[in-house]
Amino acid sequence: MGKTLAEKILGAHVGREVKPGEIVVVKTDLVYAQDGTGPLAARRVQEMGFEKVFNPSKTIFFLDHAAPSPRFELSNDHNFLRGFAEKTGCRISEVGNGISHQVVAENDVRPGDVVIGADSHTCTGGALGAFATGVGSTDAAVAMAIGKIWLRVPETLQVVVTGKLPTGVFGKDIILHLIGKIGASGATYKALEFVGDTIEHLDMAGRMTIANMAVEAGAKVGLFPSDAITRKWLNQMGRLGDFKPLASDSDALYEKTIEINAETLNPTIACPHQVDNTRTIEEIGEVRVDQVYLGTSCNGRLEDLQIAAKILKGKKVHPRTRMIVTPGSRSVYLEALKDGTMQVLIEAGAMALPAGCGACVGLHEGVLGDGEVCLATQPRNFQGRMGSPNSFIYLGSPAVAAATAIEGKIADPRKYL
Amino acid sequence: MKGRVWKFGDAISTDHIIPGRYFYLRSNLPELAKHIFEYERPGFSERVTPGDVIVAGQNFGQGSSREHAAIVIKMNGIQAVIAKSFARIFYRNCFNNGLPAVICDTERFREGDEIELFLDEGKIIHYPRSETISFVSIPPVMKRILEDGGLVEHVKKYKDLRLDF
Repeated sequence: MGKTLAEKILGAHVGREVKPGEIVVVKTDLVYAQDGTGPLAARRVQEMGFEKVFNPSKTIFFLDHAAPSPRFELSNDHNFLRGFAEKTGCRISEVGNGISHQVVAENDVRPGDVVIGADSHTCTGGALGAFATGVGSTDAAVAMAIGKIWLRVPETLQVVVTGKLPTGVFGKDIILHLIGKIGASGATYKALEFVGDTIEHLDMAGRMTIANMAVEAGAKVGLFPSDAITRKWLNQMGRLGDFKPLASDSDALYEKTIEINAETLNPTIACPHQVDNTRTIEEIGEVRVDQVYLGTSCNGRLEDLQIAAKILKGKKVHPRTRMIVTPGSRSVYLEALKDGTMQVLIEAGAMALPAGCGACVGLHEGVLGDGEVCLATQPRNFQGRMGSPNSFIYLGSPAVAAATAIEGKIADPRKYL
Repeated sequence: MKGRVWKFGDAISTDHIIPGRYFYLRSNLPELAKHIFEYERPGFSERVTPGDVIVAGQNFGQGSSREHAAIVIKMNGIQAVIAKSFARIFYRNCFNNGLPAVICDTERFREGDEIELFLDEGKIIHYPRSETISFVSIPPVMKRILEDGGLVEHVKKYKDLRLDF
């Protein structure tokens, strides 16, 4: 019987065939936590009586949410993690280095890996064909301590995307459309697996945006095949040796197949306060925007900044609107500086902040006030997430973000492309 | 143990349970716990009594992986969370911290109802309606973690994961 990607990867880690519904204990290839979940994970490692971590070179703590720290309590957390890393020999990714999911995609995640992260958007690694899934601090701590995690082998929902993406429509619109269609719990406990000719041609940035938001449909993982696009990305990262092709079998058994015709898609927006509350740009009406936030683990890649710069080149951010740009990592930041992308954005009136994701969780660097409206490229828009419980978060692509910044209201990017 | 119902609707996220703006209190759990459901249900932490039960609709605990959401529920003395469905990371986090998460149809529960939970028997007694409601049995892996007193205790006991079923 053919296997899905999830069944193949988990089976390879257990050393036998696995079936959906089974509980398996698997070896982990990479485990990480961030500065919000990391302190608890590190304490749990200590509580369990471990002085060392199982695989220090594949255990990482990211200082990315409170980066640089806006409060002394968080500075203390950072110092605790630095001390823990020093004692155990594990890695620390310093303030300014970037968002965990982006940095591990650049440096660590390999096709076929099992990746565990104490952050719900760990599923971003599925773009590289890794079984990458988010857990809480304790599950991550166990993976750090003994190099293992228990998982339920998920059933897989196959998402077949076909046709050429229209101008102004991106990976973000595919995943927002899908979540609008199946709902915020439409894939709970399941694996999503993305295939079809649209996916075959979609670049790694687009794949990572889609994989990142798999959890917004409740999914455990959002898996892509490892193919020519994966090979190209790993080569760009100087890790061609990490490439191996990986695909599900043609006779794999799926719980369900969902078909999406990319040619019919429009720029899509998730409206407050739920990710599955989606509308197309034509249906959105007049929504004045106080803040545009371009970045996060979902859309903080070079391609995301480039498309925004293409739209904003020679134009100005609306005087009533603030535009914040946070590159996903230091290397994205550097690339965007080198190729002039950042200059275009700053000249247009945007402000650039260090690589990190503090505004997405309402921590700092763009906290919303009462009644304020934000159009963000982040993956989530729950009430009060970015600050005041009386603020409103709309989610859209980087192109929508740029068009919105120009007009000061949610705008269709297609007229600028 | 008998407890009173605190009734919530669908799609309660971990941001509703404990917002990201309290990130700085995550290493000060007693202080963090006071902010539970602060906007959703003002005064919750003052009014809740040990043994109370959270009862909710679909997809309870969606969103962020912050285990602090499950921890502050437990720290406020809640004996169990009952919902129509749970988001998966939150579901794991509950059991890892020794907090039972029970799946059943929650339509008939009302705020303040007195109920009693019998985990082993898979039933809930609903006193106002004099009804016994059975719930979806807790998976063996979760039962094992619960019996061991949470995942930390499990690993302390075995120095390994003994959870193949």
